[in-house]
Amino acid sequence: MNKILTASTEWVDTRFPLTKMWNEHLAQYYAPKNFNFWYYFGSLALLVLVLQIITGIFLAVNYKPDAALAFGSVEYIMRDVDYGWLIRYMHSTGGSFFFLIIYLHMFRALMYGSYKKPRELLWIIGMLIYACLMAESFLGYLLPWGQMSFWGAQVIISLFGAIPYFGEDLTVWIRGDYVVADATLNRFFVYHVVLVPIILLALVAVHIIALHEVGSNNPDGVEIKKNKDPKTGIPLDGIPFHPYYTVKDIVGIVVFLILFFGVVFYAPAFGGYFIEYNNFFPADPMKTPEHIAPLWYFTPFYAILRAVPDKLLGVVAMGGSIVVLFLLPWLDRSSVKSIRYKGWIFKFALVLFVISFFGLGYLGMQPVTPMKTYFAQLFTFIYFAFFLLMPWYSKMDKTKPVPDRVTD
Amino acid sequence: MIMRRIIFALTLLLPAVALSAGGGIELQKAHNDITDIASLQTGAKLFVNYCMGCHSAKYVRFQRIGKDLGLTDDELKENLMFNTEKVGDTMSIAMGDNDAKKWFGAAPPDLSVIARARGTDWLYSYLLSFYLDPSRPLGVNNLVFKDVGMPHVLWERQGWQKPVYEDVTNESDQTHKVIKSLELVDEADKEKAEQYKKDMRNLVNFLEYIGEPAKLERHSLGWKVLLFLLFFLGLAIALKKEYWRDIH
Repeated sequence: MNKILTASTEWVDTRFPLTKMWNEHLAQYYAPKNFNFWYYFGSLALLVLVLQIITGIFLAVNYKPDAALAFGSVEYIMRDVDYGWLIRYMHSTGGSFFFLIIYLHMFRALMYGSYKKPRELLWIIGMLIYACLMAESFLGYLLPWGQMSFWGAQVIISLFGAIPYFGEDLTVWIRGDYVVADATLNRFFVYHVVLVPIILLALVAVHIIALHEVGSNNPDGVEIKKNKDPKTGIPLDGIPFHPYYTVKDIVGIVVFLILFFGVVFYAPAFGGYFIEYNNFFPADPMKTPEHIAPLWYFTPFYAILRAVPDKLLGVVAMGGSIVVLFLLPWLDRSSVKSIRYKGWIFKFALVLFVISFFGLGYLGMQPVTPMKTYFAQLFTFIYFAFFLLMPWYSKMDKTKPVPDRVTD
Repeated sequence: MIMRRIIFALTLLLPAVALSAGGGIELQKAHNDITDIASLQTGAKLFVNYCMGCHSAKYVRFQRIGKDLGLTDDELKENLMFNTEKVGDTMSIAMGDNDAKKWFGAAPPDLSVIARARGTDWLYSYLLSFYLDPSRPLGVNNLVFKDVGMPHVLWERQGWQKPVYEDVTNESDQTHKVIKSLELVDEADKEKAEQYKKDMRNLVNFLEYIGEPAKLERHSLGWKVLLFLLFFLGLAIALKKEYWRDIH
């Protein structure tokens, strides 16, 4: 048996670099041995991506991208398709968990300076994945064809109308109609299940290749490749990803699944945060809801949009709040990577940033009042100040000496 | 200094949080229980007798109700199905949307997922809050859903209610009447009205059930999955510890 296996592996290896790839990405990919809690979210993001694709395929089998049938076909999945409700809740819950994981993954990079040289490109690819994910989520949210699906899309698409000269034409081009309608639903379905997933998968592959080229950062921000065993050439602080991190990530995955299925089985709507109650009213172009709010993971950016009184400038601010993240590797001028060796200024700035982000997230869900707008403006200011002032305060900040080797 | 301002800002947010939770009329709690099969059966009967004259539940199949509520096909046909022959049919109605719009001003909505959209407390309160209002075309209004087009279909089971007003003075010293509560027009209906509350609890219970028939299944499957995962977590932790013993 073993002989046959070895022989067939050899047969494949002379035709395709199977063993080479296995070694490069798993068995002989050396990761720092001091990964902590924050390092689970990369593999978890991959897991959720796979879950979304599999559940998405099952959903697409029974879903009908037709304005007259879409709402009913979702209910058909929920009632008449065997375990359709489970697949659908896994997909809807998966959407929210995907963002939760990605936000924690990005926050990890922010804390430990994982975007700094030589990982600038890795960060940019990651940001492209995030942008794709936002598009994917926005497109998918139209498909249940409820009131929030419809009016959410209507509001977001109309933002493009703020662009001077060709804005209005652009919105018609996006919708394929003068309002969100059957044509919009049909094309959003295609983008959601074909176009964006292809780009997303390609970017994820590129992200992993780039990561394995530069090597993983770690909570100390120490480059483990600088200290190699002179004989073997293996980093002294590195351990093979497989089996060490594969078995460790299984623990993370099971903990994640417990939380995930806890929500799927016992709180799939999650108090209206994962599935909005108003989305159980079928889309009605004649009835504008009193209060239109996006799902929780978009609300910080929605709050930034509403904080600016001018529509065009609001759109610019919202776009800018994403664009500024791309520039992060060049905004941070600190001599150290990890927060462990940064001074109080950075720590303080990060705390303010987190408060603003949560504050904006909360405000984005609320109806507008003058008081709330004032706070949204304050938080928007802090959000941008965190990034735009970083070249100065990160340089001024007094850092601590970084050790040669990783600490625990 | 900045930190103090942030904390100040956050404390200012607190009343906003508290206020945003309220608004409008206080809803009465439905306190319904979808595992109570007898209640669901009563609710189903009320639904087909009173609601389905105008409202459909077009995503709900009679057969599914029979299966979940423990009714045979014959029992289904006898008690719940008046216009349809096949148990595999959905709860559709003959009234067209255009006719309905002419008659009521708005088409009565499909009720398949109404409990998911409105919530059970809202529905319960709504059904209890019809009152006589001569200014409305059908002579009734509703506290929870102002100027609703729907007549009080169930008035014979509840008895009529009339509003009790109180005077409210606003900031600019203008006094106007607002409805404080509702009371029965005829005190003799008291017993009937109490029974009506129970009926409405059953009806709302049925509405919650048809909103998501999988809910019963979901809860019974969930703990099994979680139990397995907890067991698997033990294994995964043991495996990780075993492998990591030699890492220092």
